Amino acid sequence: MSDLEMPAQKTPMLETRQIYKQYQSGSTTLDVLRGVDFTLEQGGFLAVVGQSGSGKSTLLHVMGLLDAPDSGEVWINGQRIDNLPGREKDRLRNNSIGMVFQAYHLLPEFTALENVLAPLLIRHGIFNWFSQKRAAHEQAEALLDRFGLSDRLHHRPRQLSGGEMQRVAIARALITKPRVLLADEPTGNLDEESGAGIIEALAELNQDNGLSIVLVTHDADIASQARGIVRLAAGTVDMINPGATGSAA
Amino acid sequence: MYKLLLCWRYLRTRWIALASVISVTLGVATMIVVNAVMAGFSNEMQTRIHGILSDIVFESHSLSGFQDPQWHIDEINRAAGDQIAGMTPTVAVPAMLSFQVRGQWVTRQVMFIGIDPKTHAQVSDFGRYLQHPANREQLSFDLREGGYDTIDSQNPTETPTRPALEHAGWPHRRMRVNRERLWKERLESKNSAENSPARSVDQQVDAMLAATSPADDSSETPSDTAATDEKRTNPFQTARPKQGHVMDMAEEQFTGIVPGIGLASFRNRQGVDQFLSLPGDDVKITFPTAGTPPKAVSDNFTIVDFYESKMSEYDSNFVFVPIDALQRMRGMINPQTGIPSVNSIQIRLKPDAKLNEVRDRLREVFPSDLYAIATWKDKQGPLLSAVDMEMAVLNILLFLIIAVAGFGILAIFFMIVVEKTRDIGILKALGATSSGIAGIFLGYGLFLGLVGAGAGLILGLSITWNINQIRQAVEWCTGSRVFDPSIYYFFQIPTIVHPVTIGWIIVGAVAIAIGSSVLPAVRAARLHAVEALRHE
Repeated sequence: MSDLEMPAQKTPMLETRQIYKQYQSGSTTLDVLRGVDFTLEQGGFLAVVGQSGSGKSTLLHVMGLLDAPDSGEVWINGQRIDNLPGREKDRLRNNSIGMVFQAYHLLPEFTALENVLAPLLIRHGIFNWFSQKRAAHEQAEALLDRFGLSDRLHHRPRQLSGGEMQRVAIARALITKPRVLLADEPTGNLDEESGAGIIEALAELNQDNGLSIVLVTHDADIASQARGIVRLAAGTVDMINPGATGSAA
Repeated sequence: MYKLLLCWRYLRTRWIALASVISVTLGVATMIVVNAVMAGFSNEMQTRIHGILSDIVFESHSLSGFQDPQWHIDEINRAAGDQIAGMTPTVAVPAMLSFQVRGQWVTRQVMFIGIDPKTHAQVSDFGRYLQHPANREQLSFDLREGGYDTIDSQNPTETPTRPALEHAGWPHRRMRVNRERLWKERLESKNSAENSPARSVDQQVDAMLAATSPADDSSETPSDTAATDEKRTNPFQTARPKQGHVMDMAEEQFTGIVPGIGLASFRNRQGVDQFLSLPGDDVKITFPTAGTPPKAVSDNFTIVDFYESKMSEYDSNFVFVPIDALQRMRGMINPQTGIPSVNSIQIRLKPDAKLNEVRDRLREVFPSDLYAIATWKDKQGPLLSAVDMEMAVLNILLFLIIAVAGFGILAIFFMIVVEKTRDIGILKALGATSSGIAGIFLGYGLFLGLVGAGAGLILGLSITWNINQIRQAVEWCTGSRVFDPSIYYFFQIPTIVHPVTIGWIIVGAVAIAIGSSVLPAVRAARLHAVEALRHE
């Protein structure tokens, strides 16, 4: 699915080098990221933890090409991507990076199925779409089925529960068969049980499909289910624990 | 693909945007209706003007006219014969028309026009506007034996009938003559029985008889007591069929004339024509002779038909008479050579001929200090250009209405962009390009423009096609006349729908809708993805 080359064995899936990011708020300058080095191996599952304001989300946005760093480099699969032109970035976001957000971010005018199809709708022009439509629909329905939403295909987001919405969002992130999934506090708005289900699903994707995942969370329990933990503090990487296993606590 | 789908979803879920489109709809509908009515009115007016005026009028400045029309016709043919379909000479002089209504003389100022019955119909639509079917085929200045239309032949369905015309023609004339004869006989017997109670009664009777039977009596002897003698005749009257012949008024007529219908009738508030006189009645016309200074002469004429072009200016002004009779009475025939003079030559061009080119060619040949050569458009130029100007100004004003609607769309779109900020962020996170985001809103504007213009088109056309029913409904509701046919002289509001005009209106409206969505679209495209996602 990706237009990137198949990775060599040692190439990291996702890598950031010395990322700096400042926010200007009136006269005060806020240093959010101050030289973050971060590496996600092929098929890795890292949790990024840290307190509120430690820059977790900003780091994720930088990796997801939603935000540009002030300086530093972002590499995906051995290709530097932070300096690409806007349209190329748009294409990478569409093709290679799946994102899941705390607030689900589903399109309210679309049904669950259409939300899942959205990245493909964006990718294909109107004429292209009709040749792809059947395959895309099958794919989307299979994904929703996998997340236990086969009876919710034509529901609008507001008719779904939080857990259902987040599963739709994950299905949407996966429909493009991305190399890497970036999840920003995916359980933050969910009750414990639903949240556990989401994390379980992510772990399963990582194990069964070899999907590389970066999971931002402030919950130590959830973080412990990832294969490694990166702690951010004051805009730098405070601690790396790549040895942690993804086993359920 | 997502653009289309989102546009469609937004269109379906944002009814407020459709509200802004209502003003586009109303603007487009108004423009279509106004343009159709104005075009219809203008066209109707041009048809009417053109109906009486031939394509090109070749006139002399002098009231006495120019000699030898045949020579002029030949010269005109030599100059531009390839484009000319027909020509006819006419003589037009100002005159006074007098006729009797219930014993009172009504006098009107008219234009007295001598026409050639054989060729006049070739150069204008004159024949079409007559009331007798046979006269419409071929005009004759002989009174017809009835058969005048009691319905308006130009508009048979809408106008009220004219029952008065049912007995017009010879039956009306015979009835009138007989009634007058009986009336006189009764007066005479009464007179002899009472044996002159007073002189004044005799005078009264004489005056009344003189007034009620103009056909019997020449204008030269109005107060002659011998008027009671109906066998008496005036040998000097030129219009009499034979000199020295005793006219039987019930069987014979004077020279026929065709006055405009507005001269002999008026339209009441119900739109029904009330006739003051009918074909078969006699009138007096006073007109100037040729020569200097002109002298006024009078003669009797018999109305043989009415002319109704529905241009009230013409219908209440023109009286048509055979050209040879008018030339003879005015002294326009050279006694030595027998060659007549005419005032003007009416020229009809071939359908594809170029009006102004022919006029210019004729102007080169004939000196402008002797001849006035003008097209029918030149003659009514100020009127036609006034209508055009009115149309242009109205179009500008109405287009401003649509422009105002554009600002409504602009405002509502900004609102929608703000409302949809998060969705825009989502789309960007999923890989939508900035131009794609802009495309959503431009497409949305296009959709709204098309919906608004389409609805306006339907509304405008349905109003246009039913405008007369709507007029009737409004008149019924308000009780007042919206469109008074006695003013406009047609019963229907005329409409013409020009597809090209409608095309421009719709293109303009859609362009305004798209144009006013450009700013919101650009704003949406420039939104920063992360900030948009954080937007609550």
